Amino acid sequence: MSSVANRYPVHLKVLIYGFITLWVILAAFPFFWTLWGSFKVELDFFSIADWTNALTGRNTSDTYGASFTDAGYVGAWIQEEFWRAVINTAIVCFFVVCTSLTIGTLGGYALSRSGFRYTFWLLITALIFRAMPPITLVSGYLLPFFEWNVWGILPTTIIVLVAINQPFTLWMLHSFFQSIPKDLDESAKVDGCSQFQAFRFVIIPVMWPGVITTGLFSFLLAYNDFAVTSMLLSDENRTMVPKIAAFLGTTYTEGNVMFAVAAVVSATAPLFILVMFFQRRIVSGLTAGAVKG
Amino acid sequence: MKHSTFFWFFLPTGLAMLLFIAFPLVSVVLQSVHTPHEAVLVEVENCGPFGCKKVTTIDQDATRELRNSEPLGKFVGLDIYFDRGHLAITEVKTAWITSESWSGFFNKLGNLPFYRAIAFTLTFTFTVTPILIILGLTIALGVNALSERVKGLVIFVSLLPMIVTPLIGSLILFWMIDSRGILGTAIQWLAADPDLSLKASTGLTWLMLIIYGVWHSAPFAFVVFYAGLQTLPMDQIESARIDGASRWEQVRYVIVPHLMPLIMFVALIQLMDNFRVFEPIVGFNAEAHAQSLSWIIFNDLGGETRQLSAAATSSMLTIFGVAILLSPVLWRTWQDFKGKS
Repeated sequence: MSSVANRYPVHLKVLIYGFITLWVILAAFPFFWTLWGSFKVELDFFSIADWTNALTGRNTSDTYGASFTDAGYVGAWIQEEFWRAVINTAIVCFFVVCTSLTIGTLGGYALSRSGFRYTFWLLITALIFRAMPPITLVSGYLLPFFEWNVWGILPTTIIVLVAINQPFTLWMLHSFFQSIPKDLDESAKVDGCSQFQAFRFVIIPVMWPGVITTGLFSFLLAYNDFAVTSMLLSDENRTMVPKIAAFLGTTYTEGNVMFAVAAVVSATAPLFILVMFFQRRIVSGLTAGAVKG
Repeated sequence: MKHSTFFWFFLPTGLAMLLFIAFPLVSVVLQSVHTPHEAVLVEVENCGPFGCKKVTTIDQDATRELRNSEPLGKFVGLDIYFDRGHLAITEVKTAWITSESWSGFFNKLGNLPFYRAIAFTLTFTFTVTPILIILGLTIALGVNALSERVKGLVIFVSLLPMIVTPLIGSLILFWMIDSRGILGTAIQWLAADPDLSLKASTGLTWLMLIIYGVWHSAPFAFVVFYAGLQTLPMDQIESARIDGASRWEQVRYVIVPHLMPLIMFVALIQLMDNFRVFEPIVGFNAEAHAQSLSWIIFNDLGGETRQLSAAATSSMLTIFGVAILLSPVLWRTWQDFKGKS
């Protein structure tokens, strides 16, 4: 591949490395800056007097005797009870991923194995549903949920997030199942399996790579959602993202911005770990949709 | 697969989408043509020691009964669509008649909340999408030229802005670009204007949101294009080079056409996603200068009042906008489908 003619001239190489370095800084610096600053006091985090304070932590050591402090984390997690939001997020994400994968796998498998005309229309409907901003549906939820008295609790939100997740899950799993040869389950059926037995004993053992990738994206959708969770959950059932948004309203007035900063860093950490372990799957998931779609 | 088997396999997911996407959609349509009942007023004559007075009071029982019997409210047709908070037909008409020039007309439109939101949403969608495609393509070409050892690290770092929760990502940038944050201070120093604040001007706020949008979505374009670059037809590149094509010409006439389907895909996904721009407005605390369609819906729904009808109408108009945006794609898919069968 790298023949002599394909080698990059020096100036182009410098340009490329310079540009990529710039992009890496743009992409990563904000996170490191916020992580670093979350262990400081507000005066240091914001460059009110002198921006080098943020590096040396002068005001932090004036207040706490050391140049790092966990005051923001203590304030957010214990005083403002951010741990509740963390538990709620864990519950919501776990059930959303499990449910949407279970029903999405069945549906996606059926769509990929049925050659009838209605599968096309179902997929197009799913695409239209995917295109609609979730917030447009929220006003449709509120009235019935108030009537039935199910507003504000976690199960309602989980079901809604599962449903909003389905169009995307279906598209992704549909294209994944299409890449599994049809002969596999056809031959199982010839051997006397029912369609479900073929699915259970032949397809399930080989479907995990696609399902895990889809699960990652379902998780991200549930974890990152703000519009639905903030409208459908009551104050004490809030997940992390609406909780942080709620912090903003109160902390700007109370001068406790550092609580919000600590909460933001806490909520970003799991995503970092996720990318670290599943980088390849995320990349392959993004591109699988692109190549098929 | 038999129809009945398909039905049972598809039932759970179909039911979920029917109950929680299709039915709410119907409910949104219904709400958008209804308005909550006004309170039932009764005129009571209050007679005291100083004569009789006619007092209008709210008949609580009757009001409650009316609201319970018809929870949707009163049917008003398309009135909400045309009111001042939405399409504002009368205001637009007056603006059209009274203004002499186009700019005057658009200025008056800018005072109407819904048109302001449309202006921002469209500006955001149609500036962010092309910029992020170009940036993503440049990064992909750059990373493709890197040595294998650093590629993995660069891809890891590049994924971060995309994977991070939009609200959190915008907060992180907002704290830096705030007039007290490190970037904000740097900009003040560069512009030699200690009072410069990005939040204070509409133009700069829009610019800030657009930069955030590009930062957030460019990684997606990058990853897709990078994968596309791995399947480049090397013989075509080779023959282009033998024919004397410069590097730029190779990119322009071989690589970009090869990636064209992917570029269309990214454009489609990003048009849909950028059209729903919402979280950055909350994160950047930018409501005063920039409102999007999603933000208007959110704003109507929130707070004590919960104006469901107004929100439902905004939702319908937003869905209508998405439909227009999506129609070329749907049309092409339909053509493909007809061609196939």
